[in-house]
Amino acid sequence: MVAPLLEIRDLQASAGERPVLRGLTLSVRAGEVHAIMGPNGSGKSTLAHVLAGREGTKVTGGTALYQGRDLLALAPEDRAREGVFLAFQYPVEIPGVSNVYFLKAALNAIRRHRGEPEMDAADFLVHVRERARLVQMSEALLQRPVNEGFSGGEKKRNEILQMAVLDPRLSILDETDSGLDIDALKVVADGINALRRPDRAMVLITHYQRLLSYVVPDRVHVLADGQLVRSGGKELALELEERGYGFLAGNGSGGAGPGVTGPEVTG
Amino acid sequence: MASPETIHALATKEYPYGFSSDIAEETAPRGLSEEIVRLISRKKGEPDWMTEWRLKAYRHWLTMEEPRWANVRYGPINYQDIIYYAAPKPKGSGPKSLDEVDPEVLKMFDKLGIPLHEREKLAGVAVDAVVDSVSVATTFKKKLSEMGIVFCSFSEAVREHGDLVRRYLGTVVPANDNFFAALNSAVFSDGSFCYVPKGVRCPMELSTYFRINAADTGQFERTLIITEEGASVSYLEGCTAPKRDKNQLHAAVVELIALDDAQIKYSTVQNWYPGDKEGRGGIYNFVTKRGACRGRNSRISWTQVETGSAITWKYPSCILQGENSVGEFYSVAVVNNRQQADTGTKMIHIGKNTKSTIISKGISAGRGQNTYRGLVRIQRGAEGARNYSQCDSLLIGETCGAHTFPYLDVQNPSGQVEHEASTSKIGEDQLFYLRQRGLSPEDAVNLIVNGFCKRVFKELPMEFAVEAQKLLAVSLEGSVG
Repeated sequence: MVAPLLEIRDLQASAGERPVLRGLTLSVRAGEVHAIMGPNGSGKSTLAHVLAGREGTKVTGGTALYQGRDLLALAPEDRAREGVFLAFQYPVEIPGVSNVYFLKAALNAIRRHRGEPEMDAADFLVHVRERARLVQMSEALLQRPVNEGFSGGEKKRNEILQMAVLDPRLSILDETDSGLDIDALKVVADGINALRRPDRAMVLITHYQRLLSYVVPDRVHVLADGQLVRSGGKELALELEERGYGFLAGNGSGGAGPGVTGPEVTG
Repeated sequence: MASPETIHALATKEYPYGFSSDIAEETAPRGLSEEIVRLISRKKGEPDWMTEWRLKAYRHWLTMEEPRWANVRYGPINYQDIIYYAAPKPKGSGPKSLDEVDPEVLKMFDKLGIPLHEREKLAGVAVDAVVDSVSVATTFKKKLSEMGIVFCSFSEAVREHGDLVRRYLGTVVPANDNFFAALNSAVFSDGSFCYVPKGVRCPMELSTYFRINAADTGQFERTLIITEEGASVSYLEGCTAPKRDKNQLHAAVVELIALDDAQIKYSTVQNWYPGDKEGRGGIYNFVTKRGACRGRNSRISWTQVETGSAITWKYPSCILQGENSVGEFYSVAVVNNRQQADTGTKMIHIGKNTKSTIISKGISAGRGQNTYRGLVRIQRGAEGARNYSQCDSLLIGETCGAHTFPYLDVQNPSGQVEHEASTSKIGEDQLFYLRQRGLSPEDAVNLIVNGFCKRVFKELPMEFAVEAQKLLAVSLEGSVG
């Protein structure tokens, strides 16, 4: 068998002083889409931040190999250049910098890293238009300053557009579905589906099942208290929707809490 | 736009213009006296009225005190230890053609990316090249003179266009205006003169490139630009200096005059040597710049990108006399390491329905201290005057400072004045976001900074906007990571 694209073993990490991940093990192969679900505070976002190399998170044990290499030893920009993409839960505004200029700079940084020639402005425009079409997004977003004055839905769509343009091998989508109305959710889901490829893996971090109605995962994992407590096929998401996270934490029987499609779930 | 690659290449460089050239120089003895003032005037072959004008300024200067109100700190300046006149040989009146220019001087400008040879001239830009105290070459002179435009060194203007110089010199910045303006008026050595006659739009950018080369000299250039009725011109100045351990004084005066319906756009890319990381050496940039919108519907626009100098003290201002006249000030000021800047503008509304806009972007990094100081005055007769000011500060790191001193003086109740200000820090979340997309920390900072300055860069002529971006990258080198 082919080695996994991402292999996490017994990962332990803290955010600030607080231990959050307590021995997480996960293996993701190229072509697969994994969903990681879990209640608030279970460590979902910390996992995303650790994999992307955000300051403020600290790995205290375990390993994460990406394409067989120690992912955790790389600087954030080197992880990105090696093909790791994080769709942010809260995309950041960069006033005065147009999306298209920023993306060209980013793509060329990645291409240089790969030893490929840089794209000039004309070639880049062709590329970016083609990618925007693929994820069915308007080019209007491209000329605006990065996320500045964007609605919540536009910010999330912009993350998918960036993913399409930068062509990563491993995408981690951190609650990309949160705060979206149903129309926006469908646009984002269609974009994600359009980018599924045999050589690309995706990890969808989500609180709710509803995204998974549109993006059908190969595997679903439940994260609780810093560990994956259950893994299964796509049907696991439905089970969670029916029973809530409560039964997993062992502090109540099924149906005790609100469903995972509800507005707020505590673990 | 500059690609991040060029920015990166530049970001890893140190001050790239720090070389000095081995040019044969003729210098005056150290120190300042009436004798020195006369010597400078004599070297330039000036008429008596000019010599007298200088001497009057000198005598007044002796009665003045160096201003200390600016938010900058530096040790005492010994005015007797400065060389007030240095000229590359051949001396005095300046060469008549490029063939007479010292090849070392031409080489120096080539190295600076400013080719003066006719065959390689910057397309569409006429350049006056000033080294130390004299102008060494002015390009495109003939083409411009066919349209009646005078563009030449100040020395030449005094000799060839004495009536014009005499009519306007000191009418915007009087010789006794302030300590440094008085000093300049006494010892100014060269600079550029530009006159655009009635109804003529200057077809190309005019540019002066100032270069300090000699050690221990001060540079005191003087620029005078006059646009008659309906005329317009866009003018750009650039400045560099070699790395030297000792501070060097640069005290320039710029006067702009716009008559009815005339426009002047004055852009500066100031990149004097800023000193080293510990604050040793660097230029003291103490400059008086002022424009008078004398005519109706006239417009004067200042755009400055200030990245160099150890200390900057500079307030390009507009006196809005003519009805409906417009004054604009767009500024980017960067301080890194131990640099200090106290810069801003004055907008003096005198005429009816005059308008002014102030956009100031201050960037502080390292241990730099950046001060915006601005005055908006709406005088009693300035019915319907309006001002909009926006002053934004961006901080990089924990050890720098940003300060804002906006002064408002509204004497006419119909005046409208708006002021917006912000201070922000480059955030970890912004940096992380950009790095997660593959940008190095340095490129990420440059991108954020360029976005921050965009409103001002838009005002620069295209090719200089690119230059300005590169400069910013060099100036902020080492500010993160």
